[in-house]
Amino acid sequence: MVEIEVKNLSKTFEQKGITVHALQDINLNIESGDIYGIIGMSGAGKSTLVRCLNYLERPTEGQVLIEGKDLGTLNEKELREQRSDIAMIFQHFNLLMQKSVLDNICFPLQIQGVKKKEARAKARDLLKTVGLEEKEKAYPAQLSGGQKQRVAIARALAANPKILLCDEATSALDPQTTASILELLKQINEQFGITIVIITHQMSVIREICNRVAIIERGALVEDGLVTDIFNHPKSKAAKELILRDRPDTEIESKQDALVEQLRSKRKIRIVFSDNSAFEPVIANMILKFGTPVNILRADTKNVGGVAKGEMILGLPEDKHLQVDMEQYLTDCGLEIEEVTGDVE
Amino acid sequence: MWSSEVTNMIIVGIGETLYMTLVSTLLGYVLGLPMGIVLTVTDRDGIHPNAVVYKILDFIANLVRSIPFIILLVVLIPFTRLLVGKSYGPTAMIVSLVIAAAPYIARMVESSLKEVDAGVIEAARSMGASNFTIVMKVMLVEARTSLIVGATISLGTILGYSAMAGTVGGGGLGAIAIRYGYTRWQTDIMIVTVLLLIILFQIFQTVGMKLADRFDRRK
Repeated sequence: MVEIEVKNLSKTFEQKGITVHALQDINLNIESGDIYGIIGMSGAGKSTLVRCLNYLERPTEGQVLIEGKDLGTLNEKELREQRSDIAMIFQHFNLLMQKSVLDNICFPLQIQGVKKKEARAKARDLLKTVGLEEKEKAYPAQLSGGQKQRVAIARALAANPKILLCDEATSALDPQTTASILELLKQINEQFGITIVIITHQMSVIREICNRVAIIERGALVEDGLVTDIFNHPKSKAAKELILRDRPDTEIESKQDALVEQLRSKRKIRIVFSDNSAFEPVIANMILKFGTPVNILRADTKNVGGVAKGEMILGLPEDKHLQVDMEQYLTDCGLEIEEVTGDVE
Repeated sequence: MWSSEVTNMIIVGIGETLYMTLVSTLLGYVLGLPMGIVLTVTDRDGIHPNAVVYKILDFIANLVRSIPFIILLVVLIPFTRLLVGKSYGPTAMIVSLVIAAAPYIARMVESSLKEVDAGVIEAARSMGASNFTIVMKVMLVEARTSLIVGATISLGTILGYSAMAGTVGGGGLGAIAIRYGYTRWQTDIMIVTVLLLIILFQIFQTVGMKLADRFDRRK
């Protein structure tokens, strides 16, 4: 079932007489139970897009349908009611700083007029879900970033939403905390069957938990589909760039610079293995066969929706004929290859 | 020179000053708090922008605040007489004090409410909160510390204004200081009243700041 349908959505802003096209003709279908990623560089318009999904921003043109209901046809009061079905979490958590953790989680229920006692019981349950039961009396200022986001998630779940929108929800967190929050989101998706939409600029977030992804560049949707497909064969330039930027944070700067230098100087190709065991024999055999070494510029295993994918970037020898032969050899081995252009990073 | 009459007069003066200051601040908030809220809400980046309403309130606030209080006291004499039947005494002074204080308080409230993080307001909107709920349950609660600090500052300012009321027969410590210190050259009585004003101010300030601190959960 289609949970969220976006049809020909455009959004323009007027700023000091200048018209800014934040979004142009976006079409999306998000299925019920999806963890749907929307990725783009900063300024691509993804935050505006996610705010159109609950009409915090009113689209200039086009429609947003939630379970077939066109948000544009709702009056202010109906829209407020609809919003309780669409929870949202934020990069900076946006908790009420003057209220305790428990009162923060009760807040959406308070808005809906749920009795205090009932709301508190529900909030305590949710604190257990997010693993913070001992913090109910604490105030947000006493919590770490990860704990604040857990409280925000509990608060988002309080009104039993069908959809959870995450606006750069892990961007202010360190990698370990990010991983634990993503784990929690996945658990919520499975346990409560909530459709999750994730806005991010980090490919790692998409590949860790999303099943589908849309790539936004300069306000336009350039590519969308299954995460596995796009990770294996990115078509758009934006997708390729985002994938190449996706590396462990531990890598040292200078090492990267050296790598970039090498990346510029030679013809290089990116190959993706679905099965790790096929990894080394293919490359090793190729080197033996041609008697010429290749540079392994990057080799990595990445978790794409729970499946380990091998990713490798090879720098091929200068010899043009050898390049063609090697690419042919790799293709014959059943690998998908693609050229990596030099201006990445 | 220090007779029991003088002591009694000073005690009555303290009572009148407290009466004028506290009642005026309270009534000033009755008018100023809603005005400050409406100013915040209707501002261009508020939750319900309305240029006309904002401009009208903005103009009124600036207008009243641009008239020096001592002049305002005189200008308002006919209005005060109409409202309370006489133009002198502490109760009459409250009328002018409230009119002067309300726009000042409105500006204090406005600046406190504007400090509230836009993200928190957006979060409340995303939960389906109405503008009324956002004002009552988010803005006023989140700005609590700043509002208490603002109230403390307002109280101090109104205390100062109340002393000026002495010039037009308003009563209170200010009236005593002017009558004895300025008109009769009795410096000792004037010094006592000034000291009392300083002590009152210190008490208001200390209590206000303690309260603000006590209710701040951001640390």
